[in-house]
Amino acid sequence: MKPEDTSNEKPHRHIKHTERRDFLKKSSLLTAISLAPGSLIKAAEAELDEKFASALEQLPLSIEVNGKMQQVNVEPRVTLLDFLREQLQLTGTKKGCDHGQCGACTVHVDGKRVNSCLSLAVMHQGKKITTIEGLANGDELHPMQEAFIKHDGFQCGYCTPGQIMSAVACINEGHANSKDEIREFMSGNICRCGAYPNIVDAIADVKNGGQKA
Amino acid sequence: MKDLSSNNKSIVDGPSRVDGKHKVTGKARYAAEHPIDGMLYGVLVDSTIAKGTIASIDSKAAEWAPGVKAVISHLNSPKIPGYDDKFYGLKVFFNNKVLFYGQPVALVVADSFERALHAATLVKVTYNKDKSETSVDKNLANAKLPGNPRMKDYVRGEADAYKKAEVSLEEEYLMPLEVHNPMELHAIIAHWLADDKVKVYDKTQGIKDTQESISKTFKLPQENVQVIAEYVGGGFGSALRTWPHEIAALLGAKKTGRPVKLVLNRMQMFTMVGYRPYTRMKMGLGATKDGKLTGITHEATAQTSRYEEFTEATVNMSKFMYKCANANTRYRLVQMDVSVPTWMRGPGEATGSFALECAMDELAYKLDLDPLEFRMKNYAEVDPENGKPFSSKHLDEAYKLGAEKIGWYDRNRKPASMKEDGMLVGYGMSSGTFGAFRWEATASARINADGTLVVQSAVSDCGPGTATSMVQIASESFGIDASKTSFILGDSALPPGPTQGGSGTTSALGSAVFDTCLALKKQLHEIAAAEQDSPLYQSKFEDVKFEDGDILLSRSKKVAITDLLKKKNVPSIAVTLESKGNEELQKYSMYSFSVHFAKVHVHPLTGVVRVVQVATVADSGKIISEKTAAGQMIGGVTGGIGMALTEEGVFDDRFGKFINNNLADYHVPVHADVPHIDTIFINKPDPIINPMGAKGMGEIALIGFAAAIANAVYHATGKRIRELPITPDKVMGAEV
Repeated sequence: MKPEDTSNEKPHRHIKHTERRDFLKKSSLLTAISLAPGSLIKAAEAELDEKFASALEQLPLSIEVNGKMQQVNVEPRVTLLDFLREQLQLTGTKKGCDHGQCGACTVHVDGKRVNSCLSLAVMHQGKKITTIEGLANGDELHPMQEAFIKHDGFQCGYCTPGQIMSAVACINEGHANSKDEIREFMSGNICRCGAYPNIVDAIADVKNGGQKA
Repeated sequence: MKDLSSNNKSIVDGPSRVDGKHKVTGKARYAAEHPIDGMLYGVLVDSTIAKGTIASIDSKAAEWAPGVKAVISHLNSPKIPGYDDKFYGLKVFFNNKVLFYGQPVALVVADSFERALHAATLVKVTYNKDKSETSVDKNLANAKLPGNPRMKDYVRGEADAYKKAEVSLEEEYLMPLEVHNPMELHAIIAHWLADDKVKVYDKTQGIKDTQESISKTFKLPQENVQVIAEYVGGGFGSALRTWPHEIAALLGAKKTGRPVKLVLNRMQMFTMVGYRPYTRMKMGLGATKDGKLTGITHEATAQTSRYEEFTEATVNMSKFMYKCANANTRYRLVQMDVSVPTWMRGPGEATGSFALECAMDELAYKLDLDPLEFRMKNYAEVDPENGKPFSSKHLDEAYKLGAEKIGWYDRNRKPASMKEDGMLVGYGMSSGTFGAFRWEATASARINADGTLVVQSAVSDCGPGTATSMVQIASESFGIDASKTSFILGDSALPPGPTQGGSGTTSALGSAVFDTCLALKKQLHEIAAAEQDSPLYQSKFEDVKFEDGDILLSRSKKVAITDLLKKKNVPSIAVTLESKGNEELQKYSMYSFSVHFAKVHVHPLTGVVRVVQVATVADSGKIISEKTAAGQMIGGVTGGIGMALTEEGVFDDRFGKFINNNLADYHVPVHADVPHIDTIFINKPDPIINPMGAKGMGEIALIGFAAAIANAVYHATGKRIRELPITPDKVMGAEV
């Protein structure tokens, strides 16, 4: 699914559940009458069926991601995480558990850290999302990114975007005043390679260097 | 703020990872992150019984759901030519048999992840359920000698000699089931480019292994299978082999004629990609009154699956770690209705070392000896198993350095004697070991006209920092700045590299890189020495040096490699070379060693254990990259903290299913669990194993660590906890 420009459409078309059910019922009835195998029927009516279903299932969404306004259609059931990864191809935000248990998917929503797997994309109408791809200023890395490299705050690198987004927010929240406090307020971000002490050193370093909010 | 000062100088000052910038900016692409036009999404339907047969699969509703392109099960799966009698392992969608809870029984392929996920819920499967067995403890009577002939009973001197010893000990220890849980979910994108040609983006620690496995399974020429794994988000062993979900994705792509992306969910990570097996152990140790070991007996009974046998070297460490004339081991397996276990960081030894190193601590207290002194009294100068000399062993020095760092001799050795801040204080130590190897590997090295050096091999890196180490080996070997050196990995089309497992990558691949760079240097020198107008004309290779991109005979007689290539009018010169160890290696026992010291706080009322200080020492030959090596050690300790205190995969044996198959209920260590960790390297090159003198350290970082914690808990409380993990209920319930 590619993002589409829907800027001329009215936001929030309300779709009644019954419409979709009726459609499916009729569609199923037709296929049942034909007594042909499901796969053949599907091949015949696939395009129309899918396009129609798809139009009914999607809602328009205006969302700012890394400073760029996106006008897209998205199914209400799509998580912010899958929206970023699969529709915007922003794969820097990682899926580690899909249940808010690991923190790999941490992004900033209006500056606050959020597990993107635990929120739906459509909940963020008009909001500003920052992902790891939007943290650096062009080629100039954010101090937290520099500090992670310097202190070797990762091994495999998979939890790293989430750790960094969380770390930036941790300082901005005022929760980085001691190493113990950093450990406590970073405990939602799991690193299985076990780079924790180096991550804590990196955050402390940035905090000492006076990161600006 | 003093508390925020950074204190790991070797990490901060050393060269950083060559792929660091990609990892901190989100540019590093892992298996599931390669965009391909027309990609479909696969979601697996898992069995909801542990044993029995599939009675029916109704996939009509799923097939008719929007966006669904295929539903594949044993009823309609494309035939897999490699699923013959010789195939070892679970054959996915092969027949109606269910062998464990969570077995993939169908695959739904749709045009979006959400549509596939929803349609997967519409597949209705009914079963004929048989009674399943998943409790090792209830089935110990069914334990059998493994089929693997290397796992037979071992006896040196007299079996069970500990029973006759002046001072003896016999205790049982438990390693529960542990799950790797790398942060990246196992994932694959399967893309058939033609009927007999496929490209996969896969999470694998062994690119060539995966290529071979897929080519065998689908009976394809090996060169028609391309495996890409540029970045791997952790593995710890779980990505050392090809699993059924990878074959399922290939089937889905075959059936639909489109690329299919399949990402496991976290629950499936517990059942589809292996785990460390639940293992019950008995240790018998005997010694003279003055502390000389006279008998070591190590028995282990581990779980495996019914459809495939998994064995590991659980009891091996007890054969050679300490000097003792009498030693014997017994290793047994219980077949259960579970998925097959696999190698997990420190396979075998991590389990076995827990029993051996706790028992050593227990016997030391019985003998009224310091546990470190007791180990030194039984120090093995040569390998007790075969009488061979060690290629290098500085374990004694490691003991000394670790003890100094933690303040070992400042403690009061008496159990339950120390307190601070209202907490019981305990110190514990242990040691670990793992075989050091040198497998064969091939690398290519190319020097370009612009003076840059490009080294390549088909290896993947699940985190240790292979590209970083290889750049350092290549730049040192070739005499060129690291900034002008790059290492390309992650593609099966490159020269065959080793699988990243068994702590063997740096030794195998590093040797290949070293040797290839040497051969390239010789070739360049040969060209220069043949030029009549060259200052190096007719010089000998032994007399020249390579420095900063120059070939030097002396300060005044030198040739820039870039000029040489320009003069010859070639864009580059490349060498590809296979490298392997010689027969000399057979004369030695080759091992890496580690020593772990830990200080814990135990809450006197709740029994909560907190690790407050760690000193870990690696004797693994020359350290190639101090920064990434320190990361490995810290990571091993972190894994060890989980093993010691929190990690345990729990089954509900009534249903044969996991009850904590997620990261909220299966507790891996988090930031708050891990203190500052001091890493110490002996950093003395092994003169035998390879040209760099480097041995592996991924496994030894973890092996033994859990015993250090258990021993520290005993020192703090006077209570011996012999069943991992050491949770508060066990500490509170145990008797002094």
